[in-house]
Amino acid sequence: MNDFMQQALAAAARSAPPWLEPLQAQGREAWSKTSLPTRKTEAWKYTSLQALQKTFSAAPTQAAGSPLGDVPLPKLTGPTLVFTDGHYRSDLSTTELPAGLRLVRFADATSDQAERIAAALGSAILPGRHVFAPLNDATLTDGVFMDVPANTHIETPVHIAWLTTGQNESISVTQRLLVCLGENSGATLVESFANTATGGTAFTNGLTELLIGRGAQLNHYRLHLEQGDVVHIGGVHARQDADSVLNGFHLALGSALKRIDLVVDQQGPGAHSSLDGLYLPRGTETVDYHTCIEHAVPHCTSQERFRGIIADEASAVFNGRIHIHPQAQKTRAELSNKNLLTSNKAEINTKPELEIYADDVQCAHGATVAQLDPLTLHYLRTRGVPRDEAEVMLSYGFINELVEAVAQAELQAFLKPLLARRFARDSRLTRHIL
Amino acid sequence: MLKIDNLHASVENKAILKGLDLTVGAGEVHAIMGPNGSGKSTLGHVLAGRPGYTVTAGSAQLLGQDLLTLDTEERAHLGLFLAYQYPVEIPGVSNMEFLKASVDAVREHRNVPALDSVSFMKQAREACKAVNLDQAFLKRGVNEGFSGGEKKRNELMQMMLLAPKLCIMDETDSGLDIDALQVVADGINAMRSADRSFILVTHYQRLLNFIKPDRVHVLSGGRIVKSGDHSLALELEERGYAWLEDVA
Repeated sequence: MNDFMQQALAAAARSAPPWLEPLQAQGREAWSKTSLPTRKTEAWKYTSLQALQKTFSAAPTQAAGSPLGDVPLPKLTGPTLVFTDGHYRSDLSTTELPAGLRLVRFADATSDQAERIAAALGSAILPGRHVFAPLNDATLTDGVFMDVPANTHIETPVHIAWLTTGQNESISVTQRLLVCLGENSGATLVESFANTATGGTAFTNGLTELLIGRGAQLNHYRLHLEQGDVVHIGGVHARQDADSVLNGFHLALGSALKRIDLVVDQQGPGAHSSLDGLYLPRGTETVDYHTCIEHAVPHCTSQERFRGIIADEASAVFNGRIHIHPQAQKTRAELSNKNLLTSNKAEINTKPELEIYADDVQCAHGATVAQLDPLTLHYLRTRGVPRDEAEVMLSYGFINELVEAVAQAELQAFLKPLLARRFARDSRLTRHIL
Repeated sequence: MLKIDNLHASVENKAILKGLDLTVGAGEVHAIMGPNGSGKSTLGHVLAGRPGYTVTAGSAQLLGQDLLTLDTEERAHLGLFLAYQYPVEIPGVSNMEFLKASVDAVREHRNVPALDSVSFMKQAREACKAVNLDQAFLKRGVNEGFSGGEKKRNELMQMMLLAPKLCIMDETDSGLDIDALQVVADGINAMRSADRSFILVTHYQRLLNFIKPDRVHVLSGGRIVKSGDHSLALELEERGYAWLEDVA
């Protein structure tokens, strides 16, 4: 084990509920046998973990009432749980729950709930698919269990905000979320990750598991708004039963390093998975999305649309794997990845990866890399639109389709100005977008 | 209004315009006709400052200002409008957002007070009606999935909202059926005024049955080889262009 790996374990706080101890022990055991991926590991070929070679320590609890500073977070009607540096903040949270919904922190779980959580945790993660999962287990002290009983439809979105406030030293934070949707239930979940304006270095090990029952529908939004020196390595692992629907929307603004793995395991016929995603690194930031849809059974569909705008000397990776198992006949899978490079030094590595073992399937994929089209830019200018404003309009236009597709209205209203301003030096340049 | 002297221009090092002279007075409508490859479209693109189109000699003045030293958007602010033969599709940018950005920029530079959203919407809806375009097109991406005729009418709508001084219509009639042609011609005729001039670049005299030009020019080999009144267009329709190449 190298320094980082040992430190990561040492940083684990010791205040976990006793029922989590077996999981922690398993995690420690597995982590001690794990080799940190290098650039020679295929799935990490374009992404270096150099940013982890620092001393990280567990973050102290933030005092209740300590101010958050200027954190850009969506304001949503509905329950909101806020964690700062891995610690729950009751003073910032709204816990009035819609009828039927259960939202339980691991630290507060009753013994029945603890039993359910312990049984389900990790079950959505296919073996060997998440290198950092054992570390997440080993350092897990608290998390959230979202439980939607069968035939229950929750209209209001559930918002969970995971923030790092940043100390002088580098901190390490473990995030875990377990979502269970019972048969024919429905819910909307928003996860936001952000750091405060004063935020320092942080390493977030994030892990979200979605267990979506037969006929259930989950609308899942995962917003990575962290900036600066934050390193986030994490993922979403979903298991879908028959006729279930997962609508995922993923956003990553850049920071020192973000590596997000999205793995969807379709285990029941008729399941549909839709993943939209945007990544917008700039400066020297790196964002890496690895997606994988496991089409394991017949009659399932998937659609992925990822768009990236990479500026300055930033780099991005998009790897979209579609794995159609031999028995998964009548699968329909679509994957589209489009990238816009706004500088000569920006870098994108995009790879659609299709593995098809069934013969009666429809599969379409495409990846493009482009710069702003000079003739389109010229066309706008012939109508009097100044060059800098035209560039902002076209950059935003490149991702607009996916923003417009965000069905949660409050969230769309939050995202539009956030993203438009991302491309503009001054607010005049976004005045016609907003 | 427009004064072009001895204009030479090339595209990818190939000379296209070779000493073009043209003077268009205020309020006049000029038609430029000519065979394929004679440089008709190039003229419009050069005046609009399209990348890749290099002026190698000559001058062009609009309202007494040297057009060729201005940026593309500055030419638009001054009053130049080029209606494209093949308007560009811009998915992700709504027609409305595009029109408002254009109108605001142009008004700002002409020191005309900005339009508030309500007045702008009113004007945009009126322009839609004038060019027989459903208002739903305002919400769609610029030209995205528009038919050929819809794109041309969208160009005309932009022209109405921007109220330019010199309008260059690059083969606006191509690909239009007779009803659409009537709509476009009505739109152009309605915009004619003493302080606005038009250059109609066209292959066919058909358009000139709807919009009566003051002058007709024949462009061939990068120069204007013959000028006349409307009767020249009729003669061209009868005799084709070949006889003029002998003149040139």
